[in-house]
Amino acid sequence: MATTTLPRSASASRSTLYEWLTTTDHKKIGIMYLINSFFFFFFAGILALLVRSELAQPGLQFFTDQAYNELFSMHGTIMIFLFVIPMLAGFGNYVVPLQIGAPDMAFPRINALSLWMLPLGGILLLLGFVTGGTAAAGWTSYAPLSEDHALAATGTGQDLWIVALVLIGTSSILGAINFLVTIFKMRAPGMTLFRMPILVWTVLVTSVLVLMATPVITSALIMLFIDRNYGGSFFDPRVGGDAILYQNIFWFYSHPAVYVMVLPAMGMVSEILPVFSRKPLFGYKAFIFATAAIGALGFSVWAHHMFTTGAVFLPFFSIMTFLIAVPTGVKMFNWVFTMWRGQLMLKTPLLFAIGFLTMFLIGGINGAFSASVPVDFALHDTYWVVAHLHYVLFGGSVFGIMAGLYYWFPKMTGRMMNETIGKAQFVLMFIGFNLTFFPMHELGLAGMPRRIADYSSTAGWNQLNLLATIGGFTIAASMVLLLWNIFISLRSGTPAGDDPWEGNTLEWATSSPPPAYNFDRLPEIRSERPLFDARHGRTAEH
Amino acid sequence: MTITTGAETHPVPTEHNPLASMPHDTHGGISNPVLGMLLFITSEVMFFGGLFAAYFSLRANSPQWPTINPETGEPFQLAILPFVGPATILLILSSVTCQLAVWGIRRDDRTAFIRAMAVTVVLGIVFLSMQLIDYSLLGSEGLTLSSGPYGTTYYTLTGFHGAHVFGGVIMLSVVLYRGMAGQFSGKHYDAVEAASLYWHFVDVVWILLFSLLYLLPGKTAAT
Repeated sequence: MATTTLPRSASASRSTLYEWLTTTDHKKIGIMYLINSFFFFFFAGILALLVRSELAQPGLQFFTDQAYNELFSMHGTIMIFLFVIPMLAGFGNYVVPLQIGAPDMAFPRINALSLWMLPLGGILLLLGFVTGGTAAAGWTSYAPLSEDHALAATGTGQDLWIVALVLIGTSSILGAINFLVTIFKMRAPGMTLFRMPILVWTVLVTSVLVLMATPVITSALIMLFIDRNYGGSFFDPRVGGDAILYQNIFWFYSHPAVYVMVLPAMGMVSEILPVFSRKPLFGYKAFIFATAAIGALGFSVWAHHMFTTGAVFLPFFSIMTFLIAVPTGVKMFNWVFTMWRGQLMLKTPLLFAIGFLTMFLIGGINGAFSASVPVDFALHDTYWVVAHLHYVLFGGSVFGIMAGLYYWFPKMTGRMMNETIGKAQFVLMFIGFNLTFFPMHELGLAGMPRRIADYSSTAGWNQLNLLATIGGFTIAASMVLLLWNIFISLRSGTPAGDDPWEGNTLEWATSSPPPAYNFDRLPEIRSERPLFDARHGRTAEH
Repeated sequence: MTITTGAETHPVPTEHNPLASMPHDTHGGISNPVLGMLLFITSEVMFFGGLFAAYFSLRANSPQWPTINPETGEPFQLAILPFVGPATILLILSSVTCQLAVWGIRRDDRTAFIRAMAVTVVLGIVFLSMQLIDYSLLGSEGLTLSSGPYGTTYYTLTGFHGAHVFGGVIMLSVVLYRGMAGQFSGKHYDAVEAASLYWHFVDVVWILLFSLLYLLPGKTAAT
């Protein structure tokens, strides 16, 4: 009854490209976030393959030490700041206003600004490749190493890195403000805080983390810039600076950033598991409080990255780090008991969500080892840490991202993705991921340090490194399948309809793709599953 | 109850957002721009928090504070007079005039609003000018960004505060310009409110900085 049969407005005469480049529609902006992030994902993935190629055998085959340093520095920087964080922000942008029944974000033009700062920052970062060398002091760019013009930062790349990160950080801060105001002020009538979908809750907590932590790294970056270019003496002890000040300020942001990279992925998985288990989420409120607890504790654990500096209070940071395992464990129970005795539909989104659960669990457990101070003293800066962070950020975030992509692709495009290719991609990615990163535990225990281009052929690390390289290329193959799947699904995927999964939340109450204004009408909202209520006659209207 | 867009009765172009006519502010209370500004100020607090943390770390690490000026052999000295003290008073006054402007527009008194806002902008510009003159004096005495942790932290902290004052002056100028164009009234003044919050924040940061840099006693090297 409320379908609009109105004439197209004058804007139809504008070209599609102009429309997309100037849009303030949160859905188009969200999709452009995803496209931009995928571009950088593939670029940084190629850098990872180059790193793995160099490490496949002992000896320097392809790169100099300096070039190798640039490769892994740019790989880490791009994956974190230009892929995982904006990718999740892109999903948030697309899904959050729909899930709370809002017509758009609170500040649509600021939203567009946040988006366009990302490719700008990315281009500045990549310019290092053509201006005499990129940043090469790791994605952390520890000062005073990153201030050493002779050794680590020979070109302008390090300064470009700083400027790019300040831009990307500002984009994140503006995005966080936008999310918070949207969530607090734009909810549809009936959508109380404790009826919000879990994804919205995780985006809320994430936004608080971004809002409070990102400006702190901005201050560190600016101090680094002043030190490098104007003779400042913040971080260089030779001129009165403090050698670990940068680490403290950097990790005050970068540890919460880990939760920025994983909480929304947890939220997406928590949307998918109930739908594909045909059950409500087990312990909805417990999940929310666990999320808030992770966010709060996230601010008190930064120095667990700095145990070996000998300059931090070890018992406090160790205990706080162990404490974080508690709310995370609560979530594990939420997820497992959501699936328990559910009618599981083993579609691709659920497979990736289960992949997330299992791999993130390993990432949590091997992280708890490192929280123990004496163990960390032995494992610090070894491949164990590389294994841990990839189990969290790839096994966690990337599996979550894939689950979300398969889940919301029908809503975004109106077409289903191919299930067969999707499952093949999952199997290949799961095997490739474990082949790459599981051996790194063993390499770390065997003493192999991270960030080295070459290693002794008699150290006993040869086979495991070769295995990891084979795994890396297996992951790459799975990404080719993903691209192929996106391509053929866009061309000739099965039409999805409004609600292909029988979802619970409001985004499935509108057409696929939704109109510019999102909703013609909303169902009554009486719980966190308004569509389930409507489908099963639990509301007066249906 | 079903929420309909009202499209059946009031045809609207499809580009138009049918829910836009509904109050977004369904829960009453604080408006979107003001909440957005408060959150932005939260992030700014954390930004200055990072800089302050660096200041205290370097100060604690240094055997002597202020550090020695290599040109004179004496510790660096900052002078409250003739510029910084009066500039501080002017900036505090500008917060008062800014609030007068907000109160003016709240009771729909546009003339009072525009006058008070214009005075605020002028005071902001005077503050910045006095800070620049003070910088050049300090520079001539040998205190620069590269003269050790003392100079680095002094110029970074006050410089970023100055940059925020500059941003605030631009923000208030836009508000003033829009006010003179008649865009604000007793019913519509969210932007004025938001800009004034930012200006008060900048003022508070300066009071903290002034206390830290000019009033907190230094420490001398243990002999």
